[in-house]
Amino acid sequence: MRRLLFAFLSGGLFGAGLFLSGMTDTTKVQGWLDVFGDWDPTLAFVMGGAIIPMAIAWRIAAGRRTSLLGSPLPGRSKAHVDAPLVVGSVIFGAGWAMAGLCPGPAIASLSYGGWRGLLFLVAMTGGMVAAPPLKAWLAAA
Amino acid sequence: MHTDWIWGLCGGLMIGLAGSVYLLWNGRIMGASGILGGLIDGQGRDTANERLAFLGGTVAIPAVLALFTPGVSTHLTGNVAVVVLAGLLVGIGTRIANGCTSGHGVCGISRLSLRGIVATVFYILSGGLVMAVLRHLLEIV
Repeated sequence: MRRLLFAFLSGGLFGAGLFLSGMTDTTKVQGWLDVFGDWDPTLAFVMGGAIIPMAIAWRIAAGRRTSLLGSPLPGRSKAHVDAPLVVGSVIFGAGWAMAGLCPGPAIASLSYGGWRGLLFLVAMTGGMVAAPPLKAWLAAA
Repeated sequence: MHTDWIWGLCGGLMIGLAGSVYLLWNGRIMGASGILGGLIDGQGRDTANERLAFLGGTVAIPAVLALFTPGVSTHLTGNVAVVVLAGLLVGIGTRIANGCTSGHGVCGISRLSLRGIVATVFYILSGGLVMAVLRHLLEIV
């Protein structure tokens, strides 16, 4: 039960942060990617602001054997930089620029994003269903 | 407009705090595409309740904030084909790369993960390039 409470709390903070920072506004995200136009620096402040507490949290986690609720802490990923990482990120970046939405803000804006926001979420979910076979094919190639 | 960076920084700190709670209490990495994607492709079946609690918070708190924010909008494009294609690319790309702006960007960079840094460089480069083509060459977004 406490795990669910903290998961909800974390999700709520995440949503509030995305909302207040303006990251659910696609014009701000597209403005940040538009280096040849009227460049909007907001996203850099959001990223920088998010990385500071997170870096402290990783330092605290490094000194602990388990999480505060007793579960194992995530270790270093065994995966290296590989083709799926690079190809997937390039595909994601293209979609991110087209609509100005990444997964977090797409979810956080569900209540006020209208039917087109919902359509984006449905398409994104469809992409997530299609991804595992594509990834297997890419890993074998 | 000139206060946007302050809201960006404050919202960013909240996003970092959200990731810190999810790491230190739940022992998990806060990545929006992974939390949702694991529910969709079944990889996260054992932790489905925790994922749903997180996503519930991500949707619910902005919904409350939106009630007190007149005129809130994602300003998502009216071009339905762009919305669908962008959603598909974001869904496929983030699952192939195993992370998005929150997982690779915030949580990866803050622990100096090479995979997180490489993914972030590639989705920003790809996003900037696609933005330049779509906005300044084709003029469709």
